[in-house]
Amino acid sequence: MNSRKIVLVLGGSSDIGRATARSFAKAGWDVQLAGRDAAALEPDAADLHARYGISASTHRFDVLDTASFDGFVAGLAALPDVVTSIVGLLGSQETAERDLDHATTIMRSNYEGPALILGLFAEKFLARGSGSIVGVSSVAGDRGRASNYVYGSAKAGFSAFLSGLRARASRGGVHVGTVKPGFVRTKMTEGMKLIGPLTVEAQVVGDAIFGAVERRTDVVYVSGKWRLVMLIIKALPEAVFKKLKF
Amino acid sequence: MALISGWGRFPVVDTDLLTPRSFGAVDDAIAATSGGVARGNGRAYGDAGIGVNQTIGMTAFDRIRSFDPATGRIRLEAGVLLSDMIDTFGPRGFLPYVVPGTRFVSVGGAIAADVHGKNHHCEGGFGRYVDKILLRTGSGETIEVSREENPDVFRATIGGMGLTGVILEATLRLRPVETGWIRERVISASDLHAAMRALDAGDSATYSVAWIDCVARGSDLGRSLIYLGEHARASELPQGAEAFSRGQDPRLNVPIDLPSMTLNRYSVRAFNELYYRMGARRAGGSHLVSIFPYFFPLDGVGGWNRIYGRRGFLQHQCVIPQDGALAVLGDILDRVSRRGDASFLAVLKKLGQGDGLMSFPMPGYTLALDFPVTGSIMNFLDEIDRLVVAAGGRLYLAKDARQSRATFEAGYPALQRFKEIRASLDPSRKIRSKLSQRLFDEVQP
Repeated sequence: MNSRKIVLVLGGSSDIGRATARSFAKAGWDVQLAGRDAAALEPDAADLHARYGISASTHRFDVLDTASFDGFVAGLAALPDVVTSIVGLLGSQETAERDLDHATTIMRSNYEGPALILGLFAEKFLARGSGSIVGVSSVAGDRGRASNYVYGSAKAGFSAFLSGLRARASRGGVHVGTVKPGFVRTKMTEGMKLIGPLTVEAQVVGDAIFGAVERRTDVVYVSGKWRLVMLIIKALPEAVFKKLKF
Repeated sequence: MALISGWGRFPVVDTDLLTPRSFGAVDDAIAATSGGVARGNGRAYGDAGIGVNQTIGMTAFDRIRSFDPATGRIRLEAGVLLSDMIDTFGPRGFLPYVVPGTRFVSVGGAIAADVHGKNHHCEGGFGRYVDKILLRTGSGETIEVSREENPDVFRATIGGMGLTGVILEATLRLRPVETGWIRERVISASDLHAAMRALDAGDSATYSVAWIDCVARGSDLGRSLIYLGEHARASELPQGAEAFSRGQDPRLNVPIDLPSMTLNRYSVRAFNELYYRMGARRAGGSHLVSIFPYFFPLDGVGGWNRIYGRRGFLQHQCVIPQDGALAVLGDILDRVSRRGDASFLAVLKKLGQGDGLMSFPMPGYTLALDFPVTGSIMNFLDEIDRLVVAAGGRLYLAKDARQSRATFEAGYPALQRFKEIRASLDPSRKIRSKLSQRLFDEVQP
């Protein structure tokens, strides 16, 4: 038996997922990488092992297949100490306005699936009396914008879920963190116009997630500037906000 | 389309920037390209990492495939940066055998340019420690090349500036080290002759390099500080010292392009005077330096390429064969100091035999100079090139943005063989960079 702590990364093939796995592995944690295509995660597991000498396993996980969640949790060789969900789908707001299937996929990928799977782990962690759960939400969930409210509303739902879960789980010794990254240079944002000073690399988010677990933080804005930006945006009266091109 | 440039920010070129994230996507990129080249972290100074029509960014390929701590053998994807390798494996007692002046280069780029370090005179270039390369050719084939398998292609890929195909993976040997410290000895030399003699005397040192004050003139011409170095053993560290201190992010950043006023003959002269005097005071004894400032002095200043202003700068790095080098280098330095807009500091070091067909190093002395891009600089550098060619020397392709075909052809006698190998790998000529277009592609678009 090894005594290393284990982190489960849901959405392990994303840039932030890979970065998060590296942040934990660097600190000596074993890693369970989960994603839709488990075989595609093998090179990342090998990378973590080669770099840090820890053990890394791969697992198939589809956030839209909620029926498989119980089996997924039961199928893990060991219950992790930390679970973090990096799963998300930006999608296309324009398409979602006309196409119910696309809108549904965005909503389910960013809210339903992540909330349900983290809820399941919360039960296990509470039964054990320890553990940390970190959900990656978004500053887009702080206020709906004309340009991405389907995605934003799903993230808002996820943030609210995490905040409620936190209130309940904290009494049972389980930590729940919400991480709001803002703009991140990843394949999801490739080709988008990002504002330089408000944009971070995926590894910064990975380190922030690790830091949230270490310090048992409630809500983390990865770049502190975003906390201020969103404070102002949230404070704008609706009458003003709806007139802004934003 | 995207406007991209090398580290020198000259030239700036509009190409499609592709960013594949799987080897399959690299295939698609090669199939679709009408003239493209792989680009690592963009630290080549000129146009080597810019495709004619498409540029294939490789930084997403940053996985270590396997590492054997018993032998130091490592297999990794081409987009891994040397900085990443140093940070990860340094604390485990392994460093790359060869590092250039910046650690922010990719493994693929280091192979393609066969980069050299301060140890080239005795330990050779980056390519010497590469055992195997996984290469995607222009015809879409994937081949493994090594000294045993496809040895011709292997030799053409080391130093081949990415023109034999896209480097996907490589297997390297790392150097076992006891610490992340260098025992450094500084020697001051009052002129060029003394500097070259000091480098010759330092031949047995693992690392040696000279920083030349290229503003100094007359009897001071070529005055320099010579830095010799050896890997420090654990027993040499003072008690309580950490065997490996991590590299820090640049402490100082250049956030904007400085106006070209900042660099003038007075500010540079004052800086160099100070630099030389402070160095000379440390001359004689030896002391310990962390590998980071020792190998990568400029990495301490993020975005230092912006010091030269918006128009960018040119780096001129030549190698001159041993015989007659003193006269030629003296002539070059004299012209540079009289011109007055030279680089802060020039670098002089000795090189040994190169390993690749198109590798830059040859036995002799190499001199590297920076110049801001100005109206008259091209003619001036053409003049310098004539001296280099007459002396049987050549220019470093990883830093070149402007040399002429004639200069290039005179310096690289293996070019014909290289072209043949390239033609056999890529008959429809899909792999092309702005550099190859400028210097030797027959087909002009």
